[in-house]
Formats: sequence, structure tokens, C-alpha cells
Amino acid sequence: MAKYILHNALRFLLLMAAVSVVVFTLVSLSPVDPVQANVGQAALLSMSPEKRAQLDAYWGVGTPLPERYLSWASALLQGDMGTSLRYNAPVAQVIAARAANSLALMAIAWVASGVIGFALGVLAGVRRGSLADKLVKGYCFVLAASPTFWIGLLFLMVFAVGLGWFPLGFSVPVGKAAADVTLLDALHHIALPAITLSVVGVANVALHTREKTIDVMESDYVRFARARGMSTWQVARRHGLRNLVLPAITLQFAQISEIFGGSVLVEQVFSYPGLGQAAVTAGLGGDVALLAGIALVSAALVFGGNLAANVLYGVVDPRMRRRGGAR
Amino acid sequence: MSAVTTFHRPRARRMANRRATLLACAASALLLTCVVGAGLACFDAATATDFTQKNLAPSLAHPFGTDWMGRDMLTRTLAGLSTSVLVGLIAAVASSLIALALGAAAALGGRRADAVVSWLVDLMMGVPHIVLLILISFALGKGFWGVTVGVALTHWPSLTRVIRAEILQCKQAGFVGAARQLGVGRVRIALRHMLPYVLPQFLVGLVLMFPHAILHEAAVTFLGFGLPPEQPAIGIILSESMTYLSAGAWWLALFPGLALIGVVMLFDVAGSSLRKLVDPHSAQE
Repeated sequence: MAKYILHNALRFLLLMAAVSVVVFTLVSLSPVDPVQANVGQAALLSMSPEKRAQLDAYWGVGTPLPERYLSWASALLQGDMGTSLRYNAPVAQVIAARAANSLALMAIAWVASGVIGFALGVLAGVRRGSLADKLVKGYCFVLAASPTFWIGLLFLMVFAVGLGWFPLGFSVPVGKAAADVTLLDALHHIALPAITLSVVGVANVALHTREKTIDVMESDYVRFARARGMSTWQVARRHGLRNLVLPAITLQFAQISEIFGGSVLVEQVFSYPGLGQAAVTAGLGGDVALLAGIALVSAALVFGGNLAANVLYGVVDPRMRRRGGAR
Repeated sequence: MSAVTTFHRPRARRMANRRATLLACAASALLLTCVVGAGLACFDAATATDFTQKNLAPSLAHPFGTDWMGRDMLTRTLAGLSTSVLVGLIAAVASSLIALALGAAAALGGRRADAVVSWLVDLMMGVPHIVLLILISFALGKGFWGVTVGVALTHWPSLTRVIRAEILQCKQAGFVGAARQLGVGRVRIALRHMLPYVLPQFLVGLVLMFPHAILHEAAVTFLGFGLPPEQPAIGIILSESMTYLSAGAWWLALFPGLALIGVVMLFDVAGSSLRKLVDPHSAQE
């Protein structure tokens, strides 16, 4: 067990180190001049050469990339992610403030798309070729081909503009003091983005679950169980579900990366103040520190998901438990 | 023919499976060509403004309506789709070549190369796609090349795995062993035996990369990291439409989005039927 934890901790550190190098290199490659981005064009033109040189030194213009990386990474290790240019606050603070919004949105969509997608996938796979299967398949193919943000726009048009059931955007009512915002307000605002994200997420989960279900239903043990006189749904419940748990876990945790990507788009459509929207604002506004910070957080989230899936394997699968839980 | 006894007459007359699949593949390819051709043909018309005709709802003269500058949305959409397909083409070709090179390196380059490639795949999968696309586009200063390079650099992992597995399988095949025993050189084996073996999977993977590439291009452009606003692109059209949604201009978002879905699904049909045609396991489906 200790070996397992150590092994994964090492993997995590290695991956984060690599991701941080890639992320830092990418954001540093940007043609945006950090001094100009931070003080603005007008101030830059009227600036004395001495001041300019001082700012150049402060923002590390002319310092070689590895050196800048090392100073950024060492600050990062001490918990200092730098200062966000657009939000004028420490990056860690900006991320923390928005993570709650994003995590709530993603958690709802993650659970909903997982449960509904799994149910639809099993239904379609067990009754392969039936009308239900065709409907599920049709839904999935169309949804898999639709851009997430367009579905968001569509829902916005129909449910917010047309029917007026949901607000047009943001996470709380406009013009209401933060202290007066009730849980109901928050739920009302999160509903439409969460539904959008779930509806899109269902397609992927259902399609993969359907494939796995078909594999299971065509296996020898299912044939044997049927030969013993069990009904289709009995077989599906007793033999199918057990064998579908592992692929479902893999799929569900692999889905985290997709849901994060989708949340970036959905938050943009619904002006929902989360990490995704902050990433877009940071990218468009040349806010290097915040962009790098959010990229690191997203990578940590995805890694956490994969690790959780591996741990759950050991819990769920008796074969792996016997081997000592470590794989 | 009358001498043959039929025990089970088919319930309905139907076309042979393979022919139907081939037809679906060819038809979708043809349709896509038409869309791209039409888009390229009306590239100039797509940017022509006419302020006497602005914000019109769909009608016979403008089936998709017009926008706030009086541009015809049908031509704008078609031109945008052809841009998307172009970006998708460059990105998918580049990405699948990367996948071919890395997959071959992993399968043929020994254990160390294999470990490096699989670690690279893990690294790529470790950051959400959209975030990576934003980062790459940001690094390259946005624009056409920002999004194209971004899509090209992010879509190779899954195909790399497929190609690696294919080559490993091929390495175990009897004919490769026989060739090796006959003293055929490694390069010759790679070119004469392995390349033809992986080529079908490679082509299918290439076509099936289009849907992802096109959707990601639209998404990144929508977020503002892709094509510049003056260029006709579905992402631009949809992000502009957001401003007019609350004013009730539903046609600005509905039709371009549907058209994009149509193109993506056509690529999907083309790719999946191509796979059915070249993959012996599903040849009868």
C-alpha cells in the first residue's frame, strides 16, 4: 500500500513538473510583451528609458527562459502562483474564488451525465436493435457531433429568452448583495449551464456503455446464464452490471477532462464566473500567471480523476485486490 | 436458378451491405466536396455588406437570414464551413502524420522509445483539450495558425495508440517473420509489409479526426482564440450571435450551428463507413 502511494505520488510530481514546463514554455512563447500588457500602450510610449529598463528587469524581459521558469517554479512550490493581471489579485485567490462555482457546475454535470448515460447505454445495449436502442443511438450521434457551446446557445434561446424559465447568465442575480443570495438563487442560475453540460456529456458515456454492454451480452457466460433459463433483464442485472462496473469507472473518471473542457465553453456562453471563464479572460487579456495557474489546476484535477479510478479498481475488482491492490 | 431451393426467403428486399456502405461513404464525400466548393465560391459574397438588408429573419431571398451588417447568413455559413474543413484538413493530416511517426517509433524503437511515447500520450491527455488549445493558440498569438497548429498538436494521441497496436500485431505476423528469415532488410520490411498493413487504419483515423478537429476549431474560435473576426467562420458567427440572442435573432445561431453539425456528421459517416469497408472484422455489417 505504501509503495502504491509512493509510486503514484512520484508519478504525480513528474507529470506536474512536465506540465508546468510545457505550460510555462507555451505562455512565454506568446508574442505579448509583458511590460506593454501590464502598463498599457499609452504609458509605455511616455515612459523614460530608465523606467522601461527597470520594468523590463521586473518582468524578466531578456532573462533566458530556463531561468524565468526556475524562479516561477520555485515560487510556485512555496505556494505563490503570481499575481493575476486582469483580476488584480493573487492567482491562488482568484482560482479559489472561482473554483467553487466551477466545481459545483462540473460535479452536477459529471454525476448526472454519468448516471443517465450509463442507464441509457445499458438499456440500448441490452435491447440492441430495438426502438429504444435506435433512439439512444440517434441522440448520441447527433449530440456527439454538436458543439457544446451551440447547445448552450440553443438552450439559452429556448429556455431563457423564449420561455423565460431561467436567467440569462451569471451565477447570482444581478444587483443583489452577496449576503442576500439564497441557495435557491444559486441553483436557479446553475441549472441551465449544468443541464447543457450534462446533456452533452451523456452522449459519450451512453455510446461507450452501449458498446461494452453488447460485448458482455454476447459473451459465453451470458449465453450460459440464458441457457439456464434466466430472463434478459435478470442476466443483465446479475452478470451484466458486475462486468460493466470497471469500464464504467474508467469512462466516468476519464470524463473529467471532457467535462472541464465543456465547462470552459458553457461558462463562456452563460457568463458564469468559473475557472473556464477566467481562463478565457486570462488568455484574451494576456494574463500569463492566471492562465498558467488554471492550466496546472486542470491538469491536477484530471490526474486526480485517473488516480481515483485506479484506486477504485482495487476496491471493486476482487482479482486486483488479491494482487495487492497495486497495479 | 429455379433448381435452387430457398429455405428462408429474405423478408424484405435490401441492398447488399457492402454496397450500401460504399454508397454512404461516396455520397457523404460528394456532399462534403459540394459544401466546400460552394463555400469557396461564395467567399467574397460572404463578406459583402448591405445595410439596407440588415437583421432580416429567414426568407426566400435569404434562407438563413441576414446579420447586423446585412451579410447573407447562408453564404457566410457556407464560407465558414469551408474554412473549418480547410483548418480540419491541415490539422488532421499533420496530426495523423505525427501519430504515424510516434506510433511507429513506439512499436519499433524498443522499450525505451515505447515508454517515452506512452508518457507523451499521458502528458497530452493530462491537460483538458480546450485548455491545451487555448495555451497553444495563446503561444502562437492566436489567428489562423494559432488554432490550426493547436488542433494539429493535440489530436494525435488516440491514433498513435491504434497505430502502435497495429504495428505490434504486424510484427508478430507470419509474413513478417518469413521476410525477416529470408534476410529482407528492416527498411524494406517497414515499407513493403508494415506500411500497407497500417495504411487502412491510418486513413480511417485521418478521416475520423476531422469531426474532432472541426468542432475544436469552432470552439476555440468561439472563445476568441482562433480565426480573426473578419474571416467567415462558424465560431465567429456563433459568438457574434450571442449579442443578438436576447433581441430575438434566433436565426443567427440556429442555422450555422445545424450546418456545422451536418458537416461533422457527414465526416463521421464517411469515416465509419470507410472503416467498415477496410476492416475485415466488420466487413459484413
